[in-house]
Amino acid sequence: MSLVLTLASRNLFQDRLRFVATLIGIVFSVVLVMVQMGLYLGFGRMVTTMIDHAAADLWVVSKGASSFEDLTLLDIRARDRLPGIDGVAQVIPVVIGFADWHRQTDGRVKPVFVVGSDLNAGALVPWNLVDGSVEALRSTDAVAVDRTYFDNLGVSGIDSTAEIRGQPARVAAVTDGIRSFTTTPYVFADLSRARAYIGLPPTKFNHFIVRVRSGADVKSVQHDIQSNVPDVDVLTPAEFRDRSRSFWLFGTGAGAALFAGALLGVIVGTVIVAQTLYSSTKDHLYEFATLRAIGCSNGYIYRVIVWQALLNAVLGFALAAAIGFVVVQITAKSALPIVITPTLVGGLFGLTVVMCVGSAITAIIRVIRIDPVMVMSR
Amino acid sequence: MILPIIEARNVSKVLGAGAGQVRAVKNLDLSLAGGKLIVLMGPSGSGKTTLLSLLGCMLTPTEGTVFVCGHSTEGAGPEQLAKIRRQHIGFVFQSFHLFPTLTAEENVRLALDVRGERRRRAQTKSREVLERFGLAHKVAAFPRDLSGGEQQRVAIARAVVAEPSAILADEPTAALDGANGQAIMTILASAARQHGRAVLVVTHDTRLLEFADRILYIEDGALTHEERTGGNVYRMRA
Repeated sequence: MSLVLTLASRNLFQDRLRFVATLIGIVFSVVLVMVQMGLYLGFGRMVTTMIDHAAADLWVVSKGASSFEDLTLLDIRARDRLPGIDGVAQVIPVVIGFADWHRQTDGRVKPVFVVGSDLNAGALVPWNLVDGSVEALRSTDAVAVDRTYFDNLGVSGIDSTAEIRGQPARVAAVTDGIRSFTTTPYVFADLSRARAYIGLPPTKFNHFIVRVRSGADVKSVQHDIQSNVPDVDVLTPAEFRDRSRSFWLFGTGAGAALFAGALLGVIVGTVIVAQTLYSSTKDHLYEFATLRAIGCSNGYIYRVIVWQALLNAVLGFALAAAIGFVVVQITAKSALPIVITPTLVGGLFGLTVVMCVGSAITAIIRVIRIDPVMVMSR
Repeated sequence: MILPIIEARNVSKVLGAGAGQVRAVKNLDLSLAGGKLIVLMGPSGSGKTTLLSLLGCMLTPTEGTVFVCGHSTEGAGPEQLAKIRRQHIGFVFQSFHLFPTLTAEENVRLALDVRGERRRRAQTKSREVLERFGLAHKVAAFPRDLSGGEQQRVAIARAVVAEPSAILADEPTAALDGANGQAIMTILASAARQHGRAVLVVTHDTRLLEFADRILYIEDGALTHEERTGGNVYRMRA
């Protein structure tokens, strides 16, 4: 092993207080970026959870619908035109809307977000069931709720009752982990029950899930629907997901805020590492000048500084990753879980390395100006 | 005819700018041959260190040319000068300039490491040189655990380990007591006479003159006279 790494590591560990301060700066920066980006990913997943769990080949939504939660209505005439289009096998209506949930226990009212679709089609039914069944939702007044919201809804499990928009509702199925990013609980019901809870006339719908015939080309069917029904948007699940994410993350400014936080983390980290590397380099200026005097190339000295930066990056990132792992565990069951994917971890490591090595530039600029003759005067 | 290892031809050096400008070295000619220990003496501010820096390619002359092993340093950039130093010159400094975070062996090995020598070979060479200088038991010691004399011996080991053609030493005994100073000069004299290197020692200490093959006197940036072994005195300037 070259002495470059030895020199770099010993320079780094020589002043332990400075080293600890550097690590704290890097860890703070990386954890901040990790949490912001984890929130971004978590939020991005939550806003598309219905689209992700629907068995759809295509979504027919109102023109310019921003997301699954867009309450703009489609007329029955649009639905009537869809089955006749070549390649369309099934058209499953979806209704959504806010409604008031009256708790039986204390009469308090809580807003809920009702999701209704044809249960027989099975295109958008509750998932992660921990009690009851989808079959049970076919019974009178049956609804499915998530157990996370039991306290909020004043229910305790199967057969608990409440009123939605003045009509009876009975818990027939319980899910786990279907949480809404708006904090308003989702309530699943059969299409007709949901329509009644929302107060929607039978001629109105929010979206249609389209399934194409086996062997049909989805893109071609999408094009045909769009041509025949021009007053709607026809989207693949991926397109609908992108549109929803784009609206919630960037249309609302939430994503920009998360990115701004992440950028702040990068700036703080870069400044801290740059400052400590620069001061470390200044402390070792005579040593670098000695290296230069004995004929060492600039490249050798840069390698010492860059190795210092890399060591900072690796150690800081390892600590930050451990903290990130704990944060993921803690928030896993929260309203907005922080999602850290392997890609995010890889990207963050790359960012940490770039941040630390980039921070070495100021130190390198200082070293470039070293005059070896300075060792003669001391 | 034996070519000099380092040769200065009509070299001048102006330091500073404006009103503070000083002509530190004036139209100086000098050649250092292998196998000789040359002592450069002169009062403070006479230009000794500037001359050493010019000969060691740490400074470039304002006028004239310095040749190292036949290579002209004229027009050479910092990286080229560093390469010349790396290939041909070993330095010994008054304050040793050892790396406090490296052991004695690592400090010596550094001179080989910057030359790209492989670790195992560099380690063996470094230990051999330290052994030769009576520091076999100190290879793993850090500079803070070494006496001044031991530190300077490590510094000389660093200067000679890469087998340079010339060794330039700036007041190498100034921070040492008499006995250690004598020991250091013995090592430097041996580097010259047994290993054929050109060794130039800048000093104030007249006790070291006994080790010299040539003694050069400098004053106001110009060599005034020279003494050679046997007591011959040559006047160089009026």
